[in-house]
Amino acid sequence: MNRLTRRRFLVGSGVLGAGALAAGATAVTLPQLMDVAQESPLADGAGVLVVITLYGGNDGLNTVVPAGDSAYQDARPELAYQPDEVLDIGNGLGLSPGLAGLKGLWDQQKLAIVPGAGYPKPDHSHFRSMSIWQTASPETSVRTGWLGRWLDATGGDPLGAVSVEPVLPPLFAGANTAAATLPVRGLKLPRGKLVEAVRALGSAQPGEDPQQARVAKSLTDLMRAGDVLSAATGERGGEQDSDDEERDKGASAGGNGALGAQLDVVANLVEAGVPSRAYSVSLGGFDTHADERATQQRLLTELDGALTPFVQRMAGTDRGKQVTVLVYSEFGRRVRANGSDGTDHGTAGPMFVMGEQVQGGMIGAQPSLTDLDDGDLKHDTDFRDVYATLLDRVLGSDPGQVLGGHQGRADALFRV
Amino acid sequence: MTPVDERTATRRLLDRLSFGPAPGELDRRATAGFAATLDELLAPAPAAALPDLGPPAEKPKKKKKKDGNAEKDPGAAKEAKELRARQEATAVSWWLDRMVAEPSATERLTWFWHGHFATSEQKVRSPVLMLRQNDTLRRLGSGSFTELANAMLVDPAMLVWLDGRKNTVKAPNENLSREFMELFALGVGNYTENDVREAARALTGWTVDREQGSAALDPSRQDTGTKTVLGVTAAHDARSFVDAVLAQPASARFVAGRLWARLVSADAPPPDVLDRLTAAFGPGRDIHALVRALAAEPAFVDSASTLVKQPVEWAAGLMRALGIRPSALDAEAAKSLSGGLRGMGQVPLRPPSVGGWPSGPAWLSTSAELARLRLAELLAGKADLNGLKGSSEQGRVEAVREVLGVGSWTERTRNALASVAGDPASLMAAAVCSPEYVVSG
Repeated sequence: MNRLTRRRFLVGSGVLGAGALAAGATAVTLPQLMDVAQESPLADGAGVLVVITLYGGNDGLNTVVPAGDSAYQDARPELAYQPDEVLDIGNGLGLSPGLAGLKGLWDQQKLAIVPGAGYPKPDHSHFRSMSIWQTASPETSVRTGWLGRWLDATGGDPLGAVSVEPVLPPLFAGANTAAATLPVRGLKLPRGKLVEAVRALGSAQPGEDPQQARVAKSLTDLMRAGDVLSAATGERGGEQDSDDEERDKGASAGGNGALGAQLDVVANLVEAGVPSRAYSVSLGGFDTHADERATQQRLLTELDGALTPFVQRMAGTDRGKQVTVLVYSEFGRRVRANGSDGTDHGTAGPMFVMGEQVQGGMIGAQPSLTDLDDGDLKHDTDFRDVYATLLDRVLGSDPGQVLGGHQGRADALFRV
Repeated sequence: MTPVDERTATRRLLDRLSFGPAPGELDRRATAGFAATLDELLAPAPAAALPDLGPPAEKPKKKKKKDGNAEKDPGAAKEAKELRARQEATAVSWWLDRMVAEPSATERLTWFWHGHFATSEQKVRSPVLMLRQNDTLRRLGSGSFTELANAMLVDPAMLVWLDGRKNTVKAPNENLSREFMELFALGVGNYTENDVREAARALTGWTVDREQGSAALDPSRQDTGTKTVLGVTAAHDARSFVDAVLAQPASARFVAGRLWARLVSADAPPPDVLDRLTAAFGPGRDIHALVRALAAEPAFVDSASTLVKQPVEWAAGLMRALGIRPSALDAEAAKSLSGGLRGMGQVPLRPPSVGGWPSGPAWLSTSAELARLRLAELLAGKADLNGLKGSSEQGRVEAVREVLGVGSWTERTRNALASVAGDPASLMAAAVCSPEYVVSG
């Protein structure tokens, strides 16, 4: 990419995910990204990481289900799946009936499951635990996300990572760089004198109050985004407003819908050779304190229905074959059901890693249902082990720098 | 620290304790002065007459299938959904009217508490319950935080939103007890996991009657045993749980900090300021006394204490300045108004999560600015701007500034606005997108 093009994107903040973040995001448009792909496409063979965040705390035990375990049946009689209901993956475990597509990927050995991922001294707050997963810093509160630090360490290019979510997720905020954000819906500016006046309002005014300067900057970003409405980003955006009763039951912890539309955008960008190495998308609604079974199965079906075609599509092109997908949530849920046919906030849960480069199979052990910590699962694998291997094997970076010297690895995730 | 002049300080009061000045209001208030304006804003507001939403949508009956299992009737479900949508639109429009028309701090505090005890129709699925909660926030939001917290803990919409109605002695549900301590009354890090579990037991037994719009305690579902919450061992119920939480020194500081962030500054208050604020808040947790203490802080009138207006604050303030009543908009414009608020990321009665809405620069995304521009065009087009037509083009730029209560334009903005001064509607639309108006200076 030439310097001028690059500099276009290095300008300040369009969206800021949370007040505590260090750096703001740059808003980009699809045509801008396509231009970059023309000028300096992603190098052949360069790995791409797609991170899917499940907001609300996905119930791991009803995702990777120990259906044959009597302790599981006893702890949640109303919620439990029977062995003949789940999709058998061996060792007494089965996938939720909502995950039929992922079962297919499992059978093809393209899906690795880390059943007991967590971290020491687990926190049961959505907001704290999600922050821990996204900053990869369980011990101390930090203002940078793990992939934000990766962006910082690899030259500070905001196009290195793209968020297909309306607000920047903390995992993409670095100290000096934040990922670019691409709205799923396109942007179409009105025309005429008014827009020219608004463009003029966006110019910098020396000595202006910092908040006002941010407003001016966002107006400039809007003008730069231009009069673009892309079919690729616009068609399915409406799903975000859908009124879905099952989904809404677990909605009190935030997150997005329309995962399929988000992944379509990512697939287009990857296939076009956009030089971004990391993407973030999300699905919300997993806070299933009540009436969990139908709600969660419905959400897992949505995940499966969006993810399976994405992975299959990626397998069909050389660029797509370099894509690895990570799926995680901020925590699993309590082993015992809570009497509202739901579950309260828990601890360890499964991570999914999938793609053409992945060595399918189980990484680590399913947490014990009898050796509990105050009613909660004990984690088997530190989630940072997975991050470390993804940084090394997908992004080609030194994990030590990003993960504060964390030593663990989960190298069995990838084919040798 | 540089204090702003008294006129600007008075405008700040209107921006932050109300929804900005109506036409002519700033002149009048500035003559009365900062102290008198504060008194007037905090004077008791007349009771609000709630709109009649009609009966709640009936839960669609399930049809029996041949195999004996129940099946949803899609026609009835659609009807109920449409009724809820109409009721929600009526409730939101009514509330926006209140924000635009009611000059006291009451509506602004109601708005603040809605973001604090953030509850969404997305899961509650009853505008009747949402409006009832809104009324409670309005009635109690200026008095004692203790009473407000007690009311919210057993509020019907809240009991649905955080599953309090499913919390029983047989198996407690922790959603409400956790979020109450983390987000409503104490702050993360000031309680243990055991406190969450024990508190959940204290909150057992509450049920919601959707038809009546009410909550009730069912003793057969209540855990009457002994619980230890925050070091206090008793047969706790909801009220004694609130007492135990609010007795923690961290509680008053947490609540004061939340109000500070929305009404004063995005920079956290230093400890000595928090000491003064909590002293004013007092053992009775007097919300008005706390608001007075916030307004009395030097930081309140510091020129650096600027705040980005939240989208609803921006839109309500704009309609107030332009004399537009949301409920009087035609159907198409009303739809554009709600679409505009959605596009900017803030729809009343639908906060994104129990954590409420973000603050500050999070609102300034590219797509949100586009939605702002479109809504500005719409509302400027609906306003009576004949008063501007008599002025010269240069005079119009200053006249718009007066209407909006902005202290001064920067040279950048003056020049930008001059380029559209020939058309009053475009001038107004551009002016309300200016950094000087979008930020409460």
